Amino acid sequence: MAEKRQNNPNMVPFPSHSIIPERDLGKRPILEARHLGIDFGGLTAVADFDIIVGRTEIAGLIGPNGAGKTTVFNLLTKVYQPTRGTILLDGHDTHGKTTHQVSSMGIARTFQNIRLFNDLSVEDNVKIGLHNEMKYGMFSGILRLPGYWKQEKQAHEKALELLSIFDMQDMADMKAGSLPYGAQRRLEIVRALATNPKLLLLDEPAAGMNPSETAELMENIIKIRDTFQIAIMLIEHDMNLVMGICEGIAVLNFGKIIAKGTPAEIQSNPQVIEAYLGKKKEG
Amino acid sequence: MKTLNAKQKTSLNGFINYGIIIVAYVIMQLLLAGDALSNKMQSLLVPVCCYIVMAISLNLTVGILGELSLGHAGFMSLGAFSGIITAAALANVMPNPILRLVIAIVVGAVIGAIGGAVIGIPVLRLRGDYLAIVTLAFGEIIKNIINVLYIGIDSEGLHIATKEANLELLEDGIAIVKGPMGAVGVTKLATFTVGAVLIIITLIVVQNLVNSRSGRAILAIRDNRIAAESVGISATKYKMMAFVTSAAIAGAAGALFGLNYSSTTAAKFDFNTSILILVFVVLGGLGNIRGSIIAAALLYILPEMLRSFNITEYRMLIYAVILIIVMLVGNNSQIKSLFGKIIPKKKGESVNG
Ligand SMILES: Nc1ncnc2c1ncn2[C@@H]1O[C@H](COP(=O)(O)OP(=O)(O)OP(=O)(O)O)[C@@H](O)[C@H]1O
Ligand SMILES: [Mg+2]
Repeated sequence: MAEKRQNNPNMVPFPSHSIIPERDLGKRPILEARHLGIDFGGLTAVADFDIIVGRTEIAGLIGPNGAGKTTVFNLLTKVYQPTRGTILLDGHDTHGKTTHQVSSMGIARTFQNIRLFNDLSVEDNVKIGLHNEMKYGMFSGILRLPGYWKQEKQAHEKALELLSIFDMQDMADMKAGSLPYGAQRRLEIVRALATNPKLLLLDEPAAGMNPSETAELMENIIKIRDTFQIAIMLIEHDMNLVMGICEGIAVLNFGKIIAKGTPAEIQSNPQVIEAYLGKKKEG
Repeated sequence: MKTLNAKQKTSLNGFINYGIIIVAYVIMQLLLAGDALSNKMQSLLVPVCCYIVMAISLNLTVGILGELSLGHAGFMSLGAFSGIITAAALANVMPNPILRLVIAIVVGAVIGAIGGAVIGIPVLRLRGDYLAIVTLAFGEIIKNIINVLYIGIDSEGLHIATKEANLELLEDGIAIVKGPMGAVGVTKLATFTVGAVLIIITLIVVQNLVNSRSGRAILAIRDNRIAAESVGISATKYKMMAFVTSAAIAGAAGALFGLNYSSTTAAKFDFNTSILILVFVVLGGLGNIRGSIIAAALLYILPEMLRSFNITEYRMLIYAVILIIVMLVGNNSQIKSLFGKIIPKKKGESVNG
């Protein structure tokens, strides 16, 4: 399935040199970033970042270490406020919004350095992702009013259902911090999915995974996109994964996009080979 | 034996805490009925309840929310003086002392909550450990303000001044708070039973809060603020919720404490008191409610017990040595593992237990 996508991506050109899958054409893109940039003191970490992501696209963001990939995710999720540029999430400007507000607007993410709630159970980690889907307030919780029992039961069922995507429902009672590394990465994805996002950002989801885990992860990323009908943007150094499942890829180097295109285009782009791919193969 | 899942374990832990309080209450009542408690011990019953509530309340801020507060006695002070004033104001209209006490405690909680909000709104939106320094200042400021206040009441209502002469009370008026002398002539309304009930209510509030949607949000912020925000949790909102709740509970405990003595000075709620409560929380274990209860009860009674031996000069020395030993034992992994062999392991208690 993955092979097929690579050979037949059906990507169509879009403004600002982006491409999106043909099936997403005519629908509002889930993400439009224009001239996005941020400076840390004197360092321009990201400059003129333009991208358009289709509603059901799996997009890739690649580039050498320190290129600014994670910083782009931090800008999109407002962990950093951009110095320049605009972000439209499903057509809505996120200017001045905070991290928790853009979460409600439909963006969710995982972290390169896993950020789980380590002292809490796996199930509680997912339930925290369901925070805004649950509605009962502090007093219903303290007084254990009917709303508490009903919504807690629903959250419990929903959490197990989401965990079952990765076949993790049996780990629900374990402490998140005690999970093996790969399971922690999968739990972060489940927690992000619990927020019911339209755009899911994955920062190096395959880091630390062995080849068979990675292969399974690739299938699962496609499965998630297909069942939830959402867009996924991922950062990854594993080129098999990127070239295998991404439809459109943007390459970042020193904070600037140096190429955008389909996996085939990116693999044959001399600038990309020079800056990133070539080095990897030789080294 | 059937193994319990995480959620059942948590609720079992909660019920054990209620059980400990109820059993302790019944034992004390039996001892009282059998006249087996010394006067000294009897006089400690209400303050111990107050300090247990204070420790649980501070644990909500320090252990569960993960923010350091160095001025928790300030909220206790707010509650104590507002409770005393409320009880005095109701003296003529409300003959039932228990009802007056309950209303005074509620007012103490409300004033404590307002104090918590006043501090929390500017400070908790900041990223970084500013709460410690601001609460430290708050505790001192409250102490110094109450130290210069004269508050009296007469048929016209409440009078507040900074000099006794300026109170201008009518003939039927009485001065309740007299500057550095503090509150004087207070009718002692506090009872052990109300103290025990206050502990139970505090347990219900804190334990049910922690195991609800809001409580999970608070724990999430403590464990990883950025991750919590990334799933849509407003860190400021839930920090405020925890901190204001904690301040309200401290205010309630303060009201009970203030109404247990015929006179109370602001100096009773100084930095040392804040630190004492913090010591209860740290030694009992951050986030461990049962630990707070036990540490507060033992460590509050201990120095008083030492007082009754004839070793007055060495009392605080012995107390300090015991504290140091407890801390060493608590942190030494070898001693811990030794204890671990003797006492069966209790897992997953640190957060909810
Ligand atoms: N908060 C910050 N303050 C100062 N500089 C920062 C900050 N965050 C990132 N940077 C800098 O921005 C640049 C881009 O970092 P970023 O983490 O985005 O790289 P990356 O492409 O994700 O790299 P990697 O593949 O190693 O994860 C680096 O030079 C980094 O040092
Ligand atoms: Mg990175």
